Amino acid sequence: MKTLLEHLRVLRHTLQRLLLTPNATLLNILIIGIALSLPVGGYVLLKSVQLLGAQISGTPQISVFLATGTSDGDIERIGDKLKQHAAIQRIEFVPRALALKKLQQSSGLSDVIGGLSQNPLPDAFIIYPKDDSVAALEALRDELNAWQHFEHVQLDSAWIHKLEALLNFGRTAVAILAALLSFALIAITFNTIRLQILTRREEIEVSKLIGATDAFIRRPFLYFGLTQGLLGGIAAWLLVAASLQLLNYQVGALAQLYASNFSLQHLSAGDSLTLLGFSAYLGWLGAWFSVSQHLWQIEPR
Amino acid sequence: MIKFNQVYKRYPGGHEALKNLSFDIAEGEMVYLTGHSGAGKSTLLKLIAAIERPTSGSVLVKGQNIRSIKPAAIPQLRRNLGLIFQDHKLLFDRSAFDNVMLPLQICGFDPRESAKRVRAALDKVGLLEREKANPIALSGGEQQRLCIARAIVNRPTMLLADEPTGNLDSEYANEIMNIFKSFHQVGVTLLVSTHDENILRQFPARALHLNKGELQA
Ligand SMILES: Nc1ncnc2c1ncn2[C@@H]1O[C@H](COP(=O)(O)OP(=O)(O)O)[C@@H](O)[C@H]1O
Ligand SMILES: [Mg+2]
Repeated sequence: MKTLLEHLRVLRHTLQRLLLTPNATLLNILIIGIALSLPVGGYVLLKSVQLLGAQISGTPQISVFLATGTSDGDIERIGDKLKQHAAIQRIEFVPRALALKKLQQSSGLSDVIGGLSQNPLPDAFIIYPKDDSVAALEALRDELNAWQHFEHVQLDSAWIHKLEALLNFGRTAVAILAALLSFALIAITFNTIRLQILTRREEIEVSKLIGATDAFIRRPFLYFGLTQGLLGGIAAWLLVAASLQLLNYQVGALAQLYASNFSLQHLSAGDSLTLLGFSAYLGWLGAWFSVSQHLWQIEPR
Repeated sequence: MIKFNQVYKRYPGGHEALKNLSFDIAEGEMVYLTGHSGAGKSTLLKLIAAIERPTSGSVLVKGQNIRSIKPAAIPQLRRNLGLIFQDHKLLFDRSAFDNVMLPLQICGFDPRESAKRVRAALDKVGLLEREKANPIALSGGEQQRLCIARAIVNRPTMLLADEPTGNLDSEYANEIMNIFKSFHQVGVTLLVSTHDENILRQFPARALHLNKGELQA
């Protein structure tokens, strides 16, 4: 109870001190907010792109185009063999006539196709594998390539893996950015607290003389770092939220042209809490470094 | 209460501020510390509050040896002492009231209970009407009394005062000494450094006389 009251007193004192120099406080919070909003914004964009990729690609599949002139009997035997394959979940046969009809319906090329004297499309199987990892898909594709009567084996979702690789690259870049800017945040807090300790030198000295523990002297500075970090985190959250709002307005118009309902995802509740917790922690850490560095230099004489 | 045994204090640079001091101060006793400027009075008081450490010999304060005291134990030691500094060491960024409040905050006192104690301490030194004033607006005598209020608000059993009447004219000096006398009467141990002959005459008590860092009989 006694300690709780003491913590509340320090917290109130910290807020008063923040309000005492509103311009400096606002500037610090804004700098921290902008620094944090860059990696957070990158993270949000990556997450949306990843979601979009998953939406478009669906389950990965392999298309097999048969050599022209494969007999109906061969097709049947191949179909049975595929169905019994351990790595294949199910298959779908697309006869060349059906493929042509689908193409005519979907592509708006019906005039051109109608003018063709014969059907140029091959018969095809669409194969849905059990395991959709890249390695398994590629192994299956290579295996099928060697089969008789198969003209061409195509991994339809290869691009999603390229996207995945690209996303991984993006994630690494965001992580590096986050690490660098975290250091910046710690440095900003370190310096703010250093200046505070200098200006409050006398108070620290007197407090030590009349029996203040190190914890008591450290506490207001740690609270200040924590609070400033937290406010910076809130600023970053607001910046990201506002930017997404603005971007989604544009994305909405763009998506409409492609008849898609794609929009950029905002930070989830969990992500938001992580952001605030992390920024508060970094502020605390910066203050802690600063206090450990500078406080011992002030000894009463 | 306080026991010095063959205490030497040499400052970095080689100056020997205290030489071979041995004396006792009993609980409830009032003792003067006299001597010329530079005799080592402040140094002696700093040893008791663990602001400086003896170079050799032992300084016992309530049974605790300052020479070997752990840094973590120093705050508790100082809370049991009331320190009155030669240069006041008041904080000019806050009111008189808040200056006296500081020791209670440090001890983690309940704020409401603290406010009562602060007013009682200010009343004792006759500064209750000035509680909202900034110490910089107070006269020299008032600043010294504010410093005393801060030292006693914790109700310590021992007061150490370093030339509390140093720059005051005799009227103010007597006021301060009367306050100390009243503490002595309720059992507080007092160690007061001074070189004011008038005070020694008007408020007689045992005196330890320092000369160039040595105790004179
Ligand atoms: N921090 C210090 N470093 C070096 N010498 C000091 C220090 N403090 C005091 N002294 C020296 O120690 C001697 C005693 O000083 P002090 O205890 O302040 O005497 P007093 O309080 O009786 O005037 C003086 O010669 C002074 O110069
Ligand atoms: Mg002195």
